[in-house]
Amino acid sequence: MDTIERHAPASASMYKGAGIYRYDDFDREFLRERVAEFRAQVARRLAGELTEDEFKPLRLMNGLYLQLHAYMLRCAIPYGVMSADQLRQFAHVARTFDRGYGHFTTRQNIQFNWIALEDAPDAIAALAEADLHAIQTSGNCIRNVTTDEFAGAAADETVDPRVYAEIIRQWSTLHPEFSFLPRKFKIAITGAPGDRAALQIHDIGLTAKRDAQGRIGFEVWVGGGLGRTPILGFRIRDWVPEDALIAYLEAILRTYNALGGRENIHKARIKILVRDVGQARFAELVEQEFATLPREKFRLDPAIVAAIEAHFTPPPFAAVPDAAAALAGAVAADAEFAAWVGRNTHAHREPGYICAVISLKPIGGVPGDCTAAQMDAIANLAEQFSFGEIRVSHVQNLVLPHVRQDRLHALWQALRPLGLATANVGLLSDIIACPGLDYCSLASARAIPVAQRIAERFADLRTQHDIGTVFINISGCINACAHHHVGHIGILGVDKKGEEFYQITLGGSASNDAALGDIVGPAYAYDDVVDAVETILRTYLAVRSPGEAFIETYRRTGLAPFREALHAAA
Amino acid sequence: MPLLDGGHVVEDPWVLVPDDAPFPADAPALVTLKRLPEARRPGRRLGVLLGPASRAEDVAAALPDLSLIAVEFPKFRDGRGFSLARTLRERHGFTGEIRAVGHILPDQYRFLLRCGVSTVALPEGADPAPWQAALGRFGVAYQPAAAEEAPLDHLRRRLAAP
Amino acid sequence: MQAKVKAKGSAQPLVVSANRLRDGRVVWLAADGGWVEHLHGAVVYLGEEVDAGLAAGEADEQRQLVVGAYAVEVVETPGGMVPLRMRERVRVDGPSVLPVAAE
Repeated sequence: MDTIERHAPASASMYKGAGIYRYDDFDREFLRERVAEFRAQVARRLAGELTEDEFKPLRLMNGLYLQLHAYMLRCAIPYGVMSADQLRQFAHVARTFDRGYGHFTTRQNIQFNWIALEDAPDAIAALAEADLHAIQTSGNCIRNVTTDEFAGAAADETVDPRVYAEIIRQWSTLHPEFSFLPRKFKIAITGAPGDRAALQIHDIGLTAKRDAQGRIGFEVWVGGGLGRTPILGFRIRDWVPEDALIAYLEAILRTYNALGGRENIHKARIKILVRDVGQARFAELVEQEFATLPREKFRLDPAIVAAIEAHFTPPPFAAVPDAAAALAGAVAADAEFAAWVGRNTHAHREPGYICAVISLKPIGGVPGDCTAAQMDAIANLAEQFSFGEIRVSHVQNLVLPHVRQDRLHALWQALRPLGLATANVGLLSDIIACPGLDYCSLASARAIPVAQRIAERFADLRTQHDIGTVFINISGCINACAHHHVGHIGILGVDKKGEEFYQITLGGSASNDAALGDIVGPAYAYDDVVDAVETILRTYLAVRSPGEAFIETYRRTGLAPFREALHAAA
Repeated sequence: MPLLDGGHVVEDPWVLVPDDAPFPADAPALVTLKRLPEARRPGRRLGVLLGPASRAEDVAAALPDLSLIAVEFPKFRDGRGFSLARTLRERHGFTGEIRAVGHILPDQYRFLLRCGVSTVALPEGADPAPWQAALGRFGVAYQPAAAEEAPLDHLRRRLAAP
Repeated sequence: MQAKVKAKGSAQPLVVSANRLRDGRVVWLAADGGWVEHLHGAVVYLGEEVDAGLAAGEADEQRQLVVGAYAVEVVETPGGMVPLRMRERVRVDGPSVLPVAAE
């Protein structure tokens, strides 16, 4: 009854421009079926055959929200990987069905803010033309799996997480058992020791690694999440062998589906179940389920892994022995370029290559926003400089993962007139902000203009470079889409009698040293919050030891000097 | 109530026995979990109605005597029944009828079947057309499920025609 | 959360707002029973009067015209009627920020 689809391994000569999972007729047939289903659902809704209550979960599982001003369509960029053609298709959707721009999110998705319900099936059909979709970008199901934006390129990577992210994407797509979970479910995966995917704030976090014999397995974290009850995940297993990955995920999901809270939406995430039954008991329940699953049925065959892996073969890198010297020469000759290289690049595993980060955080801009013209331009640059590959980072920037070092200066020069060469990655203006009350129907306060005003207050990049690495995360409500709990400086918008106020936390982290921030001071009015952030940063400059980053100073001093300075300034 | 089997409306021979009513003499009896112990009798065709919080373990011992397990969906958003049905099939090897009852959307029909559900109780007067449409909607699946014997030797594959 | 604060029972004047089903646009209930895209066209209710507007909103939800009708507090200012709460002011004015280099 079943037909096995096999893929010929890609060779360098047939490399078609992007290390993405390429759809075949089979996947395209599925997407067509899904578009047809959604078109019929929209028609039933408009005809009154579905109530809003019934339609809402169906449209959400196709990424369609009803926000303040219009419907919002959240499109998946599976594990943040896309091709130049796909980015051009997003530009097309932005122009045709929206107002000419899109917004990249912390979950490596893109959102369009002005979609009409009547147009949504056409928009989704347009996405399908480029093998794109909005499946499971919302709703109480397994969401778009996220990973390291430097996957398949980073020098410190041990296992390419894209292979397993794609396997998880396929396994979770229209999963018959796990499409009506108690609440949304987010999985992140990395294949490097340095956590660039915020594993511990996910429902499940996976680290792909190798044992002494070189076999691949996974360290599994579970029960993390932010929102109104922020909890860091715990390590439930040090090692799940590769072939048992799907079975183990099934065991966790089934335990959660059966026992997770369904009465109160605020107590329905897996983190609450883990907290309530206890980590040890939860692990025991999962192990029981895992032990009784029909393991052979769920066995991840090495042949499947090999077939998926064939989609992610490295691009045909050239041997460019002089590339590093050329880059060093360009850096020495141009201080502005040097500053950009210092902040906006990441080491590549291939000699002569480097990962380049395109900041979507121009001073005074909307964090994560990108116009259709910029998308087209970036798609062209990806083809010229990065084998047609683009990544979305979980801090709302874009990445060209494979740039020849001797061509980096040319790339930078091409980015400048597009307003895409801001040298601020990891600096205070590289702010994560959710859409907030400017767009979102759940929001309590605006986030975007706060980010803009903070960046403008420190518009001089030299000051930002002096302050150094500091992550500022601004969420417009307790749902914490901008991960404010794990920002070095976290800002949470709250509503007080219909007006906007902001609560500040310090000391959060989403990296290997994950931590939740501590609340400092009272909530600040919209007009005062930027002053408070400035006071915090000036306090850091005053009390830091030489070479000490903001988070290090905070960990040494604790809240006290910051609290005192804020109190004195009030 | 109309009963949907393979996309078609069929006659429902089962009688739901309220907790305070006697067992029917010659019709197959669908009882609550509470009355299951006293209802078990050689030769009687017996079914049990499981609430959404029930676990497969609650009826595991009685499975040899059961011809029907009705799984209740209080609200279509409550997906516990999917796991319950699947566990009954995969872990406990139940081969009788599994029936979904309660608030269910046609859009969930294929999921139910893939989790091992056999039949769906429809509200009186419900149109089976959207259910039939849902059945034919997807010919493709990406993961193993209870109703399909094929092992996970490939993620993506075509489903058998319904 | 600020979302849809229950304004019914407020001493403030009230209007009834919703999103239009087919395109999601913000609309307000007008005196003629239709839905308008500008707050100044909205019918203003005092106290219990709003029940009639909410009932009309619910009826129009049943008719697939709008989604999620609810009461919104407004205040009279020299410049005209404005919503009391920030959330509703954003729904009237649109986003307070523009995208980078809007095309």
